[in-house]
Amino acid sequence: MTDATTTVPMVQAERVMKSFGSHVVLRDISLTVNRGEVMCLVGPSGSGKSTFLRCINHLEQVNAGRLLVDGRLVGYREKHDKLYELKPREAAEQRRDVGMVFQRFNLFPHLTALENVIEAPIHVNGHSKAHATERGKALLDRVGLANKADSYPAHLSGGQQQRVAIARALAMEPKLMLFDEPTSALDPELVGEVLDVMRGLASVGMTMIVVTHEMGFAREVADSLVFMDNGVVVEEGDPAEVINNPQHKRTQAFLSKVL
Amino acid sequence: MSNDPGGRASVRPDSHEALPPIEAVKLRHPWRWLISFLLIAWVVLFIVDASHREAYDWSAYGKYVFDQRISKAALVTLQLTVYSMLLAVVLGVLLAVMRLSPNPVFKTVSWVYIWIFRGTPVYVQLVFWGLLATIYPSISVGIPGVTNLFDLPTTASFSLFWLAVIGLGLNEAAYMAEIVRSGLLSVDRGQDEAAKALGMSWSLTMRRIVLPQAMRIIIPPTGNEVISMLKTTSLVTAVPVATDLYTRSRDISSETFNPIPLLLVASTWYLFFTSILMVVQYFLEKRFARGHTQFAAAGDEGGLPEADVETLSEASPHD
Ligand SMILES: Nc1ncnc2c1ncn2[C@@H]1O[C@H](COP(=O)(O)OP(=O)(O)OP(=O)(O)O)[C@@H](O)[C@H]1O
Ligand SMILES: [Mg+2]
Repeated sequence: MTDATTTVPMVQAERVMKSFGSHVVLRDISLTVNRGEVMCLVGPSGSGKSTFLRCINHLEQVNAGRLLVDGRLVGYREKHDKLYELKPREAAEQRRDVGMVFQRFNLFPHLTALENVIEAPIHVNGHSKAHATERGKALLDRVGLANKADSYPAHLSGGQQQRVAIARALAMEPKLMLFDEPTSALDPELVGEVLDVMRGLASVGMTMIVVTHEMGFAREVADSLVFMDNGVVVEEGDPAEVINNPQHKRTQAFLSKVL
Repeated sequence: MSNDPGGRASVRPDSHEALPPIEAVKLRHPWRWLISFLLIAWVVLFIVDASHREAYDWSAYGKYVFDQRISKAALVTLQLTVYSMLLAVVLGVLLAVMRLSPNPVFKTVSWVYIWIFRGTPVYVQLVFWGLLATIYPSISVGIPGVTNLFDLPTTASFSLFWLAVIGLGLNEAAYMAEIVRSGLLSVDRGQDEAAKALGMSWSLTMRRIVLPQAMRIIIPPTGNEVISMLKTTSLVTAVPVATDLYTRSRDISSETFNPIPLLLVASTWYLFFTSILMVVQYFLEKRFARGHTQFAAAGDEGGLPEADVETLSEASPHD
């Protein structure tokens, strides 16, 4: 890698704005996530956390500001100071490099755990079935589910489903992983197994943005903590610092509820 | 949770000897037995009576049920059903996908198609198809006013049989489009998002993720449509096609002046095909219920998931 690529942040948001019709959801978001960093994103319901993640993955198009992933503008091509919308094929190509894990898992119910993991490598990346299967099995092993390869999602617990979902995202070898409240739909005793997998990912240097209410996880794993409210970043900093010593009133009010 | 006085938790002794199973007197259902008996008695009486009744003319029935003319006509009916349903399914999927696509041109075309073909009687449509050669003696292919690639003489190019298939299929496609559309809409939006997030294109998502799941919803009403199509083929006399099962058996009975046994013959064949279709439907439903809890795959024990997190290997995510 050259110096130029190592210094480009993985995610760079500059005054990002997003609205649905007249409803402004993201007012003005500027933040930077460097390579290998873990950022936790917290905030009250409706503050725009999911919308921001979806913009990074181009599931939504931003309305104003600039959003770059790995130095590339998301959803647009810039030429002679003019922006051109990407063709669907180019947008799909961009999304390959960004893995996403959803609150409701969103596994493909008609496919087994292994088939879920190898679907995109085979049909998007064009890998051979044998190669994809070998890698898929290794990934399931990595999330502790080697013995569940042939199970359908309906026969897995929530925690197991979420771990399959993580393996499925990893199968595309993403540069960046986005987690949208990955443990919010889980029974309390299953939260730990998913957080363990995420902790493992962080420890091997994966760049991650995690929307979560698990403050313990944020404090232990995250490099930075961002508190969002009403479409703006209210407070940002070292997780322990923000949690123990929040500066802003709204941060204090929010933290007193979730801690 | 026990209601200990004082609210202290208690630890139960850890011995669980198996109790003998409960031996209770089974609940009786006298009414079920009585009604079943009455129904069976009535059916037996009906059959015994029917076997002697002259109007049914069972000897004529026996003579015609495997008659060459009848079995050939049955084959024509089956072909009409299969070909027109194939056309309807392909076109129906296309129309449904167009209707749900973000492209406003596709949406409108699909809407107008369904509006017209569902809004007029199939019998009238079949008469129109029969008159195709009268309305358009020849069909030109090319760009109007620029080039004319070739002319198709209508009568020579389309036999009445294929006009009937087109007529039935285009009409049915409007209904199939609505069935497919409701199937596609039944698939959770999160599926679409998950596929997109993996970099799958829209068409790949449709083919590999959405349609296979929609099939579970689409198949039962489609089975209905096939069976209903089998019977709708009796309307092809409007085109006119006279070689199908119903028209043929009616023609024979108008020669013999003995319609009742031939109606029974036709019904037997219709029922035979319907039964086959029901078996096919059963297996298709089972196939597309993959992963759905009601048809749990054998050997895949859905027992309590165990806590089986192992520590992650030290391998990098880019290995
Ligand atoms: N597709 C959409 N169309 C219209 N409004 C939307 C859409 N998606 C999100 N919104 C609105 O945007 C606002 C922010 O939603 P978002 O899901 O980003 O919040 P959040 O911070 O993730 O909240 P939660 O903690 O409840 O998940 C909400 O008011 C929501 O109603
Ligand atoms: Mg959300």
